[in-house]
Amino acid sequence: MDSVKHLRFDVAVVGAGPAGIAAALAAADSGRSVGLIDDNPAAGGQIWRGAHDSTRPSASSTWFDRLNKSAVQIVRGARVFHATQGELAAESDDSVIQTSYGKLILATGARELFLPFPGWTLPNVMGAGGLQALVKSGLDISGKRIVIAGTGPLLLAVAAYARKSGAKVIGICEQTTRSRMARFGLQMMLVPGKAAEALRFAYDLRGIPHWTACWPVAAFGNRRLESVRISRHGQISEIECDYLACGFHLIPNIELPRMCGCRLRENFVQVGEYQQSSVPGIFCAGEPTGIGGLELALVEGEIAGYAATNWEDRAKHLFAKRARYQKVVRILQDAFPLRPELKNLARPDTLVCRCEDVPHERLSQYSSWRAAKLYARCGMGPCQGRVCAPAAEFLFGWQIDSIRPPLFPVRCSSLAAIASHSAPRN
Amino acid sequence: MNKPAEVVIVGAGIIGAACALELSTEGLRVLVIDESFPGAGSTGAAMGHIVVMDDSEAQFAITRYSQILWDDMRDQFPTSVEFDPCGTLWVAADEEEMREVRRKFDCYSERGVNAEILDSHQVRDAEPHLRAPLAGGLRVPGDSVVYPPCAAEFLLQRARALGARVIQGQPVAAIGKGVARLADGTVFAAGFIINAAGQSAPKLSPGINIKPRKGHLVITDRYPNFLHHQVVELGYLKSAHTLTADSVAFNVQPRKTGQILIGSSRQYGADSSAVDESILARMLQRAFEYMPDLDSLSAIRVWTGFRPATPDKLPLIGPSPQDPSVLVAAGHEGLGITTSLATAKLICAQILGQRPAIPIQPYLPSRQMAAEAHA
Amino acid sequence: MPESLSVRVNGKLVTVRAGSTVAVAVLASGATCRASVTGQPRSPLCGMGTCFECRVAINGEAQRGSCQVLCAANMEIETNG
Repeated sequence: MDSVKHLRFDVAVVGAGPAGIAAALAAADSGRSVGLIDDNPAAGGQIWRGAHDSTRPSASSTWFDRLNKSAVQIVRGARVFHATQGELAAESDDSVIQTSYGKLILATGARELFLPFPGWTLPNVMGAGGLQALVKSGLDISGKRIVIAGTGPLLLAVAAYARKSGAKVIGICEQTTRSRMARFGLQMMLVPGKAAEALRFAYDLRGIPHWTACWPVAAFGNRRLESVRISRHGQISEIECDYLACGFHLIPNIELPRMCGCRLRENFVQVGEYQQSSVPGIFCAGEPTGIGGLELALVEGEIAGYAATNWEDRAKHLFAKRARYQKVVRILQDAFPLRPELKNLARPDTLVCRCEDVPHERLSQYSSWRAAKLYARCGMGPCQGRVCAPAAEFLFGWQIDSIRPPLFPVRCSSLAAIASHSAPRN
Repeated sequence: MNKPAEVVIVGAGIIGAACALELSTEGLRVLVIDESFPGAGSTGAAMGHIVVMDDSEAQFAITRYSQILWDDMRDQFPTSVEFDPCGTLWVAADEEEMREVRRKFDCYSERGVNAEILDSHQVRDAEPHLRAPLAGGLRVPGDSVVYPPCAAEFLLQRARALGARVIQGQPVAAIGKGVARLADGTVFAAGFIINAAGQSAPKLSPGINIKPRKGHLVITDRYPNFLHHQVVELGYLKSAHTLTADSVAFNVQPRKTGQILIGSSRQYGADSSAVDESILARMLQRAFEYMPDLDSLSAIRVWTGFRPATPDKLPLIGPSPQDPSVLVAAGHEGLGITTSLATAKLICAQILGQRPAIPIQPYLPSRQMAAEAHA
Repeated sequence: MPESLSVRVNGKLVTVRAGSTVAVAVLASGATCRASVTGQPRSPLCGMGTCFECRVAINGEAQRGSCQVLCAANMEIETNG
């Protein structure tokens, strides 16, 4: 039977990626008690996964150094599954952690958008960030042949990382057009620091084919991936490979903000200039407010941390810097819109919901997400629609319905450990 | 184009769907109108337990009649309906509840319902995850389980195949005097109008007393072979009796998927569909008391639903006292899925002027007026 | 901290770099994590705890996501497909 731990912080930060780390450190500057809660075994989120104990000096190591020297209490391996006013419930391996807070900063990051196509459920077809996460978690890909596909700058980062990890990256299939890609490159040059990054990428990716207007049409294999069929300017070709790392850019993790009652705007958390949400005392920083990458997440996190500890001056000081990186949100939106052909990749028997094995043909007859859930079970599995709902929204235009606890599957005993201390939200 | 309907049914939940099929089978032209999609209301939240209950003669009569009808249809159900003849296991925690077991056994046996008394060893053989010691239990093998939204969808599909029309996404604003008027002003005339609008039934037939009774359910990930019967504590009856207090009772169900459905809770006067963490915790703690191993299962989702409840716990099936052309078919509390097929038969008998298979008196809506008159 | 450690996947001994997750150990053993509800073999998709394709049994506890759990010495991991 679980134990219940009680923690209390002046400022609780959920998500220990760059935004959360920056927010926690800024908040800790004030001398207030700060807790940083994350469901991974170590801080870093996605982009800095595994970087916490890296010996190589890098941008992240300064941040981790500061974090380790600070008074921030890192609560690892704790997944927040419920929120009421002033309190969060998180589940860890062996306990439920009830955290009460004065102020809350949500830095829950983003996840990849997956679009169904024939064969996408084969083992070794992963997200682009998914493959990177697994490699950072110990997966050995040296000598493996990898095709990277989908859309967005993440594909470039993953290609570079895979190559450094010893894999043979056969090619990058980017669905956007060549002209959008070129414009993306030019516009990013104008963002501080990005020019150098672009040159680094160009070097790291030298010799790796980068195909635009290119997307996966099907994956083949008996029990695991053996080859990928791609479409390139209307031409179809097949590539034998060991891994397909495929993701169509990022979608914000807004589930916890929604449960907290934060207002959304176009599926992102609406925040004011101090990163404050529509709920007093709750702030949001990083990808949930707009997909804008590392630097924007860091500065938003800092602003939120200062604002949450009433240090408006310091927060204001960072507005100009944020404005410079805010541009990235629009640049990314313009560069990587999803082309309509991607809606037609799924065949009638292609699964849309992987948890419940629900094929496209079973869903196309329904006119709402709710009906699809009740009749066909789409979204009723453990991922709670995290994989299939965004795909369904793209394919069918369905809007997702209300958020209920638990935010993630949890042990029944954990669910029994939450009792409301005040009126339930909405 | 279409000939006008002879019967308009308001509500395409399990009750409306069952009525649509029964009336269409009898050759009547049926139009079903739902404010959302079929099963979007209480039916979509329901557990789907088909159970013979013996709180009263009238409750026994209608649940037994209906359970036989479900059984008769079992070979026709597609897999999506998930019909599972798993039976019910009523568990007794103490000697007082064992007396209830024996009373139920006698009651069922006298009325031809197969039942078997289990002692404390046998009840754990039947369900190994039950804690020891329990006093014993009663197994009723004829009870079963279905997946309500797909059961309603199936009944409606069959009705459509027999000529019924279904209009979705259209709230009905008013019914009466042979007419059903949509919120958008469209009017449908019919000889009979059936009010199967569940929670909204009182809005359409003012004067009927139906109040929502909120319930919570938890569904787990897949654990095949964890549970074999729908298992219900006999204290369930104690909680279902009280009209005002919030109550929880141990009630678990195996789904064909291998998932476990954990219930149950009852609250009067709660009008928000938001999850109530306190009663959820109480409900789960109660479940762990009977089945400790539940506590380590992974809970995927929690949801709430509203049972349309009447003060005497019997459904309203019959003419609205204000307007005999309106037949009410609502207020089934936690037995809507079970009694839907029998409700449809009783409604149909009334429309065709035939003798119903069981006495209709106890379910007539006019009894509520009479009760108020005497109050 | 040791450089590597060993766990058992479906009874088979697998050695992984210290700090590796259970999902990685499963992949290293050549197994897939689970069988889907219609029997398809499945392995991790998202790598970050949102897709639940990586569910395995760890030390007897079933339906546990494995991509966010670190391998520990002598862990018993069972896949179901």
